[in-house]
Amino acid sequence: MKIAMVGATRGMGRALARRLAERGDALFLLGRDEADLGLSARDLEARGAPLPVGQARLDLGEPAGFAAALDAADRALSRLDALVVTGGLFARQDELAADPARLAALLHANFTGTVLLCQQTAERLAARGGGLICAFGSVAGDRARRGNYLYGASKAGLAVFLDGLDLAYRERGVRVLCVKPGFVRTAMTAGLPVPPFAGEPDAVARRVLVAMDAGRHEVYAPGVWRLVMLLIRALPRAVLRRVQF
Amino acid sequence: MARAVEQLSVGSRVEEVAGWGRHPVARGRVERPERLALPAGGEPLVPRGLGRAYGDAALPSHPGGLVLESTRADRIHSFEPATGRLHCEAGLSLAEILRVFVPRGWFPPVTPGTKFVTVGACVACDVHGKNHHRDGSFGNFVDRVTLRTADGRVVECGPDRERELFLATLGGMGLTGLIVDVTLRLRRVESPWIVLETQGMASLDAMLEGLRLSAAHWPYTVGWIDCLARGADLGRGILMRGRHATQVEAGTRRARRAVPLRVPFDAPEWLLNPLFMRWFNRLYAWSHGTALRRRVVSYDAFFYPLDAVEHWNRLYGRRGLLQYQCVLPRAAGSRPVATLLERLGVAGAASFLAVIKDCGPASDAYLSFPMEGITLALDLPNRGAVTEALVHDLNATVIEHGGRVYLAKDAVTRAEDFARMVPRLAEWRAVRERWDPARRFRSAQSVRLFGDPG
Repeated sequence: MKIAMVGATRGMGRALARRLAERGDALFLLGRDEADLGLSARDLEARGAPLPVGQARLDLGEPAGFAAALDAADRALSRLDALVVTGGLFARQDELAADPARLAALLHANFTGTVLLCQQTAERLAARGGGLICAFGSVAGDRARRGNYLYGASKAGLAVFLDGLDLAYRERGVRVLCVKPGFVRTAMTAGLPVPPFAGEPDAVARRVLVAMDAGRHEVYAPGVWRLVMLLIRALPRAVLRRVQF
Repeated sequence: MARAVEQLSVGSRVEEVAGWGRHPVARGRVERPERLALPAGGEPLVPRGLGRAYGDAALPSHPGGLVLESTRADRIHSFEPATGRLHCEAGLSLAEILRVFVPRGWFPPVTPGTKFVTVGACVACDVHGKNHHRDGSFGNFVDRVTLRTADGRVVECGPDRERELFLATLGGMGLTGLIVDVTLRLRRVESPWIVLETQGMASLDAMLEGLRLSAAHWPYTVGWIDCLARGADLGRGILMRGRHATQVEAGTRRARRAVPLRVPFDAPEWLLNPLFMRWFNRLYAWSHGTALRRRVVSYDAFFYPLDAVEHWNRLYGRRGLLQYQCVLPRAAGSRPVATLLERLGVAGAASFLAVIKDCGPASDAYLSFPMEGITLALDLPNRGAVTEALVHDLNATVIEHGGRVYLAKDAVTRAEDFARMVPRLAEWRAVRERWDPARRFRSAQSVRLFGDPG
């Protein structure tokens, strides 16, 4: 595959990019910190990605720049056939609740920006016969918790969008995969209390890779979270009110 | 998206921190950033990798102290296939190097008994392996180390640049500055397989002679000693020697997917004895006599047998273990090694297995552990004051014969004893004084051994 990635410098995105590089997929990195993109590009080249791994600036909060960034990726990859978005913003509920500007930035990047980027890319891919779009939602979008419903809302909206995108574009050859990670130990979740079933980035990456190749439209990682969320979604509201959830 | 982490103002939480021996246990604020940098404000900190040092080398100097874990800073900067030069961030592990580079025909130049160590820690402990008699320690294969020094500068050092700082950093336990990047030379190998020869050795002298004879022709040698053997049998065990297999020897072997075993919880302390007894006896029965056996095994089986069991340290129970490793100079002969083994027998606190290995010449690095002679490593189940007293007792013998202990293992050696073991300590202290006069980099171990502020 020829893949443009948003968020490959960190956490699960870094792990996934490495797995893709090791099996020889061509990569192009998009993100805001150009120095950091360069560090990851060299890392991926050393691990087997076809040379060179290119990069361009893209900020999920600035949709005006998406077309140029995708053009750059298209040129470098001689037409990309996949987009992977692992990037996004995260903050604790209390921080978001206390700071409207920060909440707005998070909602804008995780939902508006990601939707605009995926929609635009889906159109490009459909026009050239098809491809793959993979974006990261979250189990936090499956059911609201009083502890992180603001972040969860941005991911819930994204999940509905991706679900619809898959329905709309699959017959035009564009497969859409929504990844729903459970709690994964990364720098993003550092300092948060670690719940049961916490996962590691590389295990998530391997699972996502399988789901990508199989043409799935949704995957939970680690896999046990599918069951966990099935149960949590089935909990009556009265129970949710009573327990600290 | 870089902002994800920068905006996350969640403070690091205080958690329990211990070495691989799980004793002692401290409390610290552990940070695991994806890019290594020093925190603003000059707060003291201890660098940490994968936590495989047994004792207190990577424990904070005081309760709640900052622990900077490097494991997420694990990117490769470059690799030159012509020379094997690998330039990478300090948090890259040997396990990852093996996973990525063994299929391409490259191997770490020196590896300790676990692959779950970071490159930064390999530098900081100047680790050695089964090839020390031939290749020396890890530092011999390091061309460049990039440090963040206490004043916040980025300083590059190596054999040909800032040499004193380089020699103080190799084996310097991370106390000269934060190791950010390392350039090392990997070794070309024909296959992932190891030609292994094993032979039963009836006594300590036979073992030492076997190691000496093997050293000339084999890049990797090591012995396992049965610590339960007494009298004429003292020091009996198995000699192992290996080399990388050629393509022809490897043939069409395919690596089997290892099934990871796991010790799910702390073993009760009574379990240890019969379990290890049986295990060792079976092993010994298998190799009994002096028959020579030759096999081709995977590099994992040869170098990292214990890595196959996750959390094997839990076998020693809740109180953990003290690992004791010392080296005695060649000139002292086999007598002090026998003395140490006898002491262990008398104390009745010994592990059932000790690892013995002959070392080549010492490196120029001030605190580097290996020296020309014999090194002995063994596990001591922690039984509190009794075990500590035993360590001090063993240390007395080591000092008497001009040997030293390995800081990556140590948890209890006294400052005055360590000073008597390491003649170049003053030189190291002088270099550290120049680069970190305020002791920004300090650990529980450096408080204990070097009088750093706690």
